[in-house]
Amino acid sequence: MRNLIDIKELTIEEIEELIKVAQDIINNREKYSHKCDGKKLATLFFEPSTRTRLSFEAAMMELGGNVLGFSAASSSSTAKGESVSDTIRTVGCYADIIAMRHPKEGAPLVAAQKSVVPIINAGDGGHNHPTQTLTDLLTIKSEKKRLDNLTIGLCGDLKFGRTVHSLITAMSRYKNIRFILISPKELEIPEYLKKEVLEKNNIKWCETRDIEEYMGELDILYMTRVQRERFFNEEDYLRLKDYYILNKEKLEKAKEDLCIMHPLPRVNEISTDVDDDRRACYFKQVEYGKYIRMALILKLLEVE
Amino acid sequence: MNIDSIKNGIVIDHIQAKKGMEIYEALKLYELDCSVAIITNARSKKMGRKDIIKIDKKMDVNIDILGYIDPNITINIVENDKRTKKYHVELPKKIINVAKCQNPRCITSVEKELDHIFILTDKEKQVYRCKYCEMSLKN
Repeated sequence: MRNLIDIKELTIEEIEELIKVAQDIINNREKYSHKCDGKKLATLFFEPSTRTRLSFEAAMMELGGNVLGFSAASSSSTAKGESVSDTIRTVGCYADIIAMRHPKEGAPLVAAQKSVVPIINAGDGGHNHPTQTLTDLLTIKSEKKRLDNLTIGLCGDLKFGRTVHSLITAMSRYKNIRFILISPKELEIPEYLKKEVLEKNNIKWCETRDIEEYMGELDILYMTRVQRERFFNEEDYLRLKDYYILNKEKLEKAKEDLCIMHPLPRVNEISTDVDDDRRACYFKQVEYGKYIRMALILKLLEVE
Repeated sequence: MNIDSIKNGIVIDHIQAKKGMEIYEALKLYELDCSVAIITNARSKKMGRKDIIKIDKKMDVNIDILGYIDPNITINIVENDKRTKKYHVELPKKIINVAKCQNPRCITSVEKELDHIFILTDKEKQVYRCKYCEMSLKN
C-alpha cells in the first residue's frame, strides 16, 4: 500500500492490521510518540474541513512529526490557476506524506499518479473519504467487538453522503450484515450502489422513510447531515435538511447496546439530549479517527 | 442497390442499423482522402437490418471505439479483392478519450489536460465508469 485513495483498495486483512495498530496506539500512546520524529505531513485542503484536517494534524503531532499545509484553495496556488498535478509535485519536495481534500471527485487519484510521496485522500467531493470509513470501522470494532453479524441503520442523506457509500461498500465484505436505509425519497442511495454492491454481494437490505420502524433491530445507527454544499438548488436543501431529527423519544425502542454514530459535524439531525446517552458514540468516533489516522500514517511511511 | 466492392481496404460489417454514421464520426472517417461508403438499413439474415461501412484504403481502426459503440461489429480486411482477415470486436476493458465524463464534480471537468478514461465495470450490463469519479457513462 503506497497511497490510500479508495477504501476498496484495502483488503480485509489490511483493515484488520490498521485497526490492530490503532488499538495498540490507544493502549500504548507513549510507545508511538516519537515514531515520526523528523517526518512532515502536508495537509492540502482545497476545501475547508476543520475536523478532518485537525485530526490528521493531531495524528502526525502525536507521532512526533510536523505538519504544514493550507486549509482553503484560496490560500494555495490553485487560486492562481495551478493544476493539482503541479501542486502535488511541488509539495512532494517539502513533505514525506500528503493528506489531501479536494472538492473535485478523483483529484486525489490524479495526485497519486504524479506524487513521489504517499497520498491520503481526505475526501474528494461526494466521492470517497476512506479515512472516515476507517474511523467508522475502528469505532464499530471497538464498540461492538466485531465487524460481522450486524444490523446497521443508515439515516439521512444517503444520496450524496460519501461516508455512507464507503461504509456500505466496506461493510458489505463482512458476514451477515444487514442494512436499513432510512432516507427521504430524494436522498436514497444511488442505484449503482444497490446493484453493484448490495445485490452483487447478496446483502440483506431494505429502505424506509421512518426512522423508528426498525429502531429495535439496530446494532448501529449511523446518522448523517444533509449537506448544503452538495445541492445545486437551495430550495431542495431547505426542504430536506431537517427531515430526520433523532431524539431521546425516538430511541425508546432501541437496543441497550445500540451504537449511535455520526461523521460530524452535526446540525439538527441529532438532538443534543441524546449526547449524554451512553449509546451516543459520535464524539468517541472523533477520537478513534485520530488513532486510525496515526496507524495509517505509520503504515504508509513504513514506520515499524 | 449496388456499391462497388473494394480492392484493398476495410469493411466494417454487422453494425447495428442506424449506427453507421456514429461510427463514421467516431472514427473520423471524414478525414480520409479515399472513398468511404456508408450503407444503412441493409438487409441481414442475422440482424434483420444492419449498417455497413466500406473504406477504400487500408488503415488502423480503433477497435476500442468500435467495441464500445457496438460490440457485435465484425471487421473484414480486404486485400487484392479478397477478404484476408475477419475478426470480431469486443467490449474494451478501458476506453480513452472516446467519451467525456459528464459529472460536473469530476476533476476532469477542470483539469483539461487529463485524459477521459472509462473502465468497464460490468461486462454483462456494459457499464463503464470514469476512472476518476466513478460516474457511469450512459450509452
